[in-house]
Amino acid sequence: MKLSEILKPTFWKVVSVIIVTVGLYSTYFRFTRGLGASTNLYDTVPWGLWIGFDFLGVGLAAAGFTIAATVHIFHMHKFEPIVRPAILTAFIGYSLVATLLIVDLGRPENFWHPLVMWNIHSVMFEITWCIICYTTVLVLEFAPVVLEKFNLKAPIKLLKKFSIPVVIAGVLFSTLHQSSFGSLYLIVPGRLHPLWYSPLLPVHFYISCIGVGLSMIIFESYLIARAFNRGLNMNILSGAAFAVLIDLIIGFLLKVFDFISTGKLALLTVPSKETYLFYLEILIGTFIPIFLLSQKKVREDRKWLYFSAIFVIAGFMLNRLNVCTTGLERSAGYTYFPSFDEVSITLMLVVLAMFAFRLVVKFFPVFEEEPILHSKQNNVLETKQIILSE
Amino acid sequence: MLKEKGLLFDVTMCVGCGSCYKACKEQNKLPQTNKDFLKDHLSENTYTVVEQYGDNYARKLCMHCDEPSCASVCPVGAFKKSDTGAVLYDGDKCIGCRYCMQACPHKVPRYEWEKTQPRVRKCTLCHDRVKAGKLTACAEACPTEATLFGNMDDLIAVAKKRLKENPGKYYQHIYGLEEAGGGHVLILSPVPFEQLGYTAKLPKESMPSLTMKAMEKIPPVVAVGGVFLTGMYWLTKRKNEIAREEKKSNKGIKV
Repeated sequence: MKLSEILKPTFWKVVSVIIVTVGLYSTYFRFTRGLGASTNLYDTVPWGLWIGFDFLGVGLAAAGFTIAATVHIFHMHKFEPIVRPAILTAFIGYSLVATLLIVDLGRPENFWHPLVMWNIHSVMFEITWCIICYTTVLVLEFAPVVLEKFNLKAPIKLLKKFSIPVVIAGVLFSTLHQSSFGSLYLIVPGRLHPLWYSPLLPVHFYISCIGVGLSMIIFESYLIARAFNRGLNMNILSGAAFAVLIDLIIGFLLKVFDFISTGKLALLTVPSKETYLFYLEILIGTFIPIFLLSQKKVREDRKWLYFSAIFVIAGFMLNRLNVCTTGLERSAGYTYFPSFDEVSITLMLVVLAMFAFRLVVKFFPVFEEEPILHSKQNNVLETKQIILSE
Repeated sequence: MLKEKGLLFDVTMCVGCGSCYKACKEQNKLPQTNKDFLKDHLSENTYTVVEQYGDNYARKLCMHCDEPSCASVCPVGAFKKSDTGAVLYDGDKCIGCRYCMQACPHKVPRYEWEKTQPRVRKCTLCHDRVKAGKLTACAEACPTEATLFGNMDDLIAVAKKRLKENPGKYYQHIYGLEEAGGGHVLILSPVPFEQLGYTAKLPKESMPSLTMKAMEKIPPVVAVGGVFLTGMYWLTKRKNEIAREEKKSNKGIKV
């Protein structure tokens, strides 16, 4: 690509540059003036948008471990082409989460303390360690892609030797910290609204991250195919969509069981903001996608599949935000809304993450080459065959 | 070893003079935060408040739990239960994740939001004074003995005696004895505690045990998960190999 081409202003380029510039200024402001000046956090609402976003980021990046396990542990090689996008998504997602965590810490210069000061009773301690270990796993899993590009064969050979233990470790670390994000709230039964509080929170979190992680892969495969004008391997994506469907059904059944066993069904009839948001979350993230994905037609159509994935992702986001914001609002007695700086720093990191993703995809062999022309020819052939057979 | 100390606050004896509030500010060298102490709230510069509810006055402060949520959730162990019974905070360890503030069942810890190197702030049960054999500043300043300082055993006995001797005067419950696993600040009141802004309906079990129920499943999940994944790896690999071999041999027959 020529320099003039890179510098050519397009709408999204201009918007991105503005977001990053404003975000950088907000970052400067946050580190020089402190959390009080830059956020709307409060003593009874100590966690806000940034922590909420970490919840989202980690969940959305969950395909990193599910797809790696599907291909390398369960040997379902059909899914091989989406291993790399999944791992890249996870790596960028986790980098984003880690950066945002450090921005959110009151004493960012002490971020390394959990490495030497241990408290094994703390869920936060466990999450910190799992995230560090899992990010290392992701680096090891993605390294071959980079090494391939530069044709370094010796280190690839070495990595291949350890690849299975690394994948297994990655699955275990992910299982632990994905569920532990739910465990964070086990200690606040009096604070988190009972619609969301449950002793099963870690299990709910684990199940929902699997579905949304796969939906994220469907979502970005569609976008990348559109952006780079490539074809889509619908066979793989339909398979993934079926897994999402199963996962959503399991998650829903567990929720039903949870509500019945803890006697919370009556809460569903209480008219309140929480109840409405809960219904919205279930409608968008569970009912609509289950309805859509249960139809073969939808699972095999790229556009419909893309829409279904958007529903799963939106429902998931609503769920996590409900747990870490709406569900706590009543007990906090304070309505939190993120400040300008909180929003602008978050947006900046999202833009940078998307930029990094595109850059890596452009220069490294992440997505399988499937030229659109090829698939069109196939279609033409198929239609010809149909005509002939008729 | 020191016997564990604590406070007993009796709402029926409090006249709302604010001596404890002022003594606490002096002891901890905290700046003035509100001209009217009754309208103040807990903050990084206020470790205890006196709140007015009709004719009653209620003190709010750290309850110094026996099994503190803050100590349990802190990823770096910045909170420790001292042998005096106080829950103490070490600002040098703190990374500022604020999980303690999120987790505290009594919503006590406050943050120095305006600082670039903020710390969590809360009552220390006058740890230095108690170590030196003195009372807490609030108990010493209280003119009516509404706030009593002493050994936990003695305080519990006094509280029980008061409830028994004046059943009409008190709501029959010692707040803080069992709430969230119990702590070192006990409260007596003439009315139900939720009417005085205390968090009622807290479970009796200690809060950290709720987390431990999930955390103790980690070792088995890792062990079973590790074995399962390794097993599946070998199994599916073998399955694929067999399938491939069969395909080959089938082809061989056909040809």
